[in-house]
Amino acid sequence: MRFLMMTTETESVPDERLMAEMGRFIEEMSRAGVLLATGGLDPRATRITSSGGKVTVTDGPYTEAKEAVVGFALIETRTKEEAVELSKRFWRIAGDGAGVIQQVFGPEDPMPGR
Amino acid sequence: MTASDPRRETHRDAHSDAHGAIDAVWRMEAARIIAGLARMVHDIGLAEELAQDALVAALEQWPESGTPDNPGAWLMAVAKRRAVDRIRRQQRLERKLEEIGHGLEDEDPAPEFDAVLDTDPIEDDLLRLVFTACHPVLSAQARAALTLRLLGGLTTEEIARAFLVPEATVAQRIVRAKRTLAEAGVPFEVPEGAERADRLASVLEVVYLIFNEGYAASGGTSWMRVDLCQEALRLGRVLAGLAPQEPEVHGLVALMEIQASRTRARTGPSGEPVRILDQNRGLWDRLLIRRGFAALLRAEKLGAPPGPYVLQAAIAACHAQARTAEETDWARIAALYELLVRLTPSPVVELNRAVALGMAYGPARGLEVVDALGSEPALKDYHLLPSVRGDLLARLGRLDEARTEFERAASLTRNLPERTLLLSRAAACTPS
Repeated sequence: MRFLMMTTETESVPDERLMAEMGRFIEEMSRAGVLLATGGLDPRATRITSSGGKVTVTDGPYTEAKEAVVGFALIETRTKEEAVELSKRFWRIAGDGAGVIQQVFGPEDPMPGR
Repeated sequence: MTASDPRRETHRDAHSDAHGAIDAVWRMEAARIIAGLARMVHDIGLAEELAQDALVAALEQWPESGTPDNPGAWLMAVAKRRAVDRIRRQQRLERKLEEIGHGLEDEDPAPEFDAVLDTDPIEDDLLRLVFTACHPVLSAQARAALTLRLLGGLTTEEIARAFLVPEATVAQRIVRAKRTLAEAGVPFEVPEGAERADRLASVLEVVYLIFNEGYAASGGTSWMRVDLCQEALRLGRVLAGLAPQEPEVHGLVALMEIQASRTRARTGPSGEPVRILDQNRGLWDRLLIRRGFAALLRAEKLGAPPGPYVLQAAIAACHAQARTAEETDWARIAALYELLVRLTPSPVVELNRAVALGMAYGPARGLEVVDALGSEPALKDYHLLPSVRGDLLARLGRLDEARTEFERAASLTRNLPERTLLLSRAAACTPS
């Protein structure tokens, strides 16, 4: 099962120690065959809404803490509990913050609506 | 339930939550724990038993005390303590026996085992565990069951369901495999030198067997079998991390990643198989393809002459690279099959080469190779031989012969949608 883990906000500005620990964690997840892709996200989001055939593009609003790192990891685990466990390990390193985990339908899952 | 159903928001039952979490931790950590213990006790059966003891302790304690901060380390510590206890008991017993026999011999009871307690890289132990579980002294089926059990943390029941065999069969396979390893005195080590290549082939064979068991999915409910594909992929990726200098490991990973990328496209709406050339390439998983290419590149960078998995991955990559079926580089595929058939001579590979040649240089060229295979006893009842021959003949306009071949192919396959397809191709060869 694939899951997208996203951090939506983090309280701590990463220091060297956190970066090193996170690097080790990411390496460990890759070696465990769990991590498919990961990356940091620019907090300056561009929002797009579509309504009545009209598409509106707006920049921002930007989060207050510009230095806070938000990011994502696409992981492949056997159960949701494993994804949750990995997420716990992540937050033990990352400190305070919030995020979401959502299942991503992979090639083995039936197409939604099919 | 709709998305706004408040029941979804409520906290889940704490008890089942704890068990789910323990289960997850176990699956994630079992291999490392068993591997670490196996180095101490030199017996993977005993190592698994001790690891299971630690799991039982976790099931008893965690629901009350909460999951520890580092659950893997907790399990490892408990299991190692039990291993040391067990070894000390054993040594005391042996010393007693020795004292009775030879008189006193003063020796520190367990220096070796205390030394093991500090952290030797667990990756080395994991690699030893892979090589031991996949030792050629065991049958391929036994190796697969043991690997899924020890390295995948799967239960006997899950393995049985995946392989469509009774649970008792798998249980017995595993018990016998452990006994065979113990009796053969298989050392817990990574083979070196001349032995290594053969032993690695034995490991890769098992991983690919697990993958194909899921990929073929010829019967039964498919969800658990799809899980097998994923488990094989995971094992392959882990192995690539443990033995990064082995091109064939990356080759196998590349092959599996690229094959798995087609999962969604390779069956039609009613479950019928769809040939690669007819697949909707938009359904191919780009992420897995990209990972497959990356793995293939890693293999090629190591500079060794390509082995069978690297070659098969390179062939899979040719298909993955073509945006449409017409763009497929058949000449390259034919050349790769030629290299493959030299490394692993097999009539099935030769038949594939014939298909590629027929696509690259015209049906007559393919037919030459197919006809040379005509007397091959291994292909006597293989429906793809007359099917391929029929296709080549039809393209040459030799319709009567083509029809006979398609009919023969239809009579040899037990797969109903495939038979229907072959019969319709036979009918199409009848001049109107």
